[in-house]
Amino acid sequence: METLSASQVIGLWIAGFLTLFIFSFLYRDNPFYKFAEHLYVGVSAGYMMSVDFWNVLKPNLLDRLATAFSSAVSGRIFTKECLYLIPAVLGILMLSRLFPKIGWISRWPLAFIVGVTAGINIVYSMQAQILKQIEATILPLWVKAPPHLVQLKIASLQLFSFTSAVDLSRTVFNWLVVIGVCCGLIYFFFSMEHRGFFGGASRVGIWALMIAFGAAFGYTVMARVSLLIGRILFFKNEWWEAVKMTLAALLRLFHSG
Amino acid sequence: MFWRLLNLDRKVIFLLVLAAAGIPLFFPLNIGIKPSQPVKNIYNFIEKLSPGKNILISFDYGPSTRIECAPMAAAVMRQAFRRGLRVVGLTIWPEGAALASDLLKRVGKECGKEYGRDYLDLGYKPGNEMAILALSKGIQTICPRDAAGTPIEEFPILSGIRTLRDFDLILSFSGGFPGLTDWITIAQAQCHRPVAGGCTAVIASQLYPYINSGQLLGLMGGLKGAAEYETLIGQPEEACLAMDAQGVTHFLIAGLILLSNLVFFATRKKKKRSGGA
Repeated sequence: METLSASQVIGLWIAGFLTLFIFSFLYRDNPFYKFAEHLYVGVSAGYMMSVDFWNVLKPNLLDRLATAFSSAVSGRIFTKECLYLIPAVLGILMLSRLFPKIGWISRWPLAFIVGVTAGINIVYSMQAQILKQIEATILPLWVKAPPHLVQLKIASLQLFSFTSAVDLSRTVFNWLVVIGVCCGLIYFFFSMEHRGFFGGASRVGIWALMIAFGAAFGYTVMARVSLLIGRILFFKNEWWEAVKMTLAALLRLFHSG
Repeated sequence: MFWRLLNLDRKVIFLLVLAAAGIPLFFPLNIGIKPSQPVKNIYNFIEKLSPGKNILISFDYGPSTRIECAPMAAAVMRQAFRRGLRVVGLTIWPEGAALASDLLKRVGKECGKEYGRDYLDLGYKPGNEMAILALSKGIQTICPRDAAGTPIEEFPILSGIRTLRDFDLILSFSGGFPGLTDWITIAQAQCHRPVAGGCTAVIASQLYPYINSGQLLGLMGGLKGAAEYETLIGQPEEACLAMDAQGVTHFLIAGLILLSNLVFFATRKKKKRSGGA
């Protein structure tokens, strides 16, 4: 690891303590945890606001309005930058939520945002998220393949073998997808009582959903463990380096003193 | 003894998990990692790209998901740089800007690549899916400057790149929303460019259907996906080391689930017996 600067060492010490403060919640709720939690929320909000100001508001609005203003001063009143007055006004109207009496005005810019977002998303999401996914569930239930030998072996013991002109794994997979999707949809169809065939299909749908939730839960456990590993690796690699540098600096100070 | 487990303090479980995750990081077990097909798909696609081709990497993650997404992005960049590909990076997450910049610089330096010629950092692009849509219309309109504020005309890497359509592969390393699904929606469905990437394990199960539908070229799910990719490029790093800890912790959690179910059913049986008596 490269030599750390004094500010980096201080930063790593702070990061180490804040991590321990957060982990202290596992023992019980305490003021250290509360302090770290509030600090995290505050710093995140401040950082986001700063990034958004310099990356969004300034280049996309303030700079353009400044150009429009300087053009207007030099005699060219109507430039394309003048159009940016519209989002500026809509943005200011959004702040009316801060004043309860005129808070209703904020619905106008909100309506604009909802309208634009919905308009764009309906078109693009319909194509990518709905139609393509439906298409992916319309599958052949009998997948042909060039004749090949199918064998089932357990260690060196061959249980059976035969020649097949069907891609068995693909066929089974397609059946699972089609049955899973149809039964899953039946489970969410509440206009008919879930009895008889409908009830059986709905039960299979529940199984399909449970398997999906199980997979999602497994992945969630993996993600949470990854976060823990991330913090342990931080202590092992980065924080430990800061500890060593601090101890070395203290020893130097002690010897020189 | 067995019944005492019912009243086990959960802090004991926390300590066990900490030990299971921590000890293998200090004493690696080198558990074998076998790359899965969705991960191999990305690797094979990049291997087939000829030197000088362009790939776009979107670092759509923040500090909280860095541990899962950064190793994937680093592994892909290492392979791309070895293959002589040109890498353009950006992020649609405000928290991702500094992380993307750091990683591009670190891996670029490690592979001896030159900024502006071999790789470029376009920084944070606000607007979620609107930003991707704007990129599909023209890069210059939404990215007139790089992350450091230099006009993009000064960088030779962007000669011949005008829109998303000019990239040979688009990758997103996604910690949630906005992320990979937005890149699929615009870059794959509208621009017909191959889209691949990685994501945190939490959202991996939601993204696998896109592989079956052919919308996603390949996917690295969580730290495991990153470790598989590191194995494929033959450069085991952070993710491979972390997989030992993952494996041991998963064994522990699975064991605890089994044990708690055993205790639960045994207790229920005992209660039934005592109730019937």
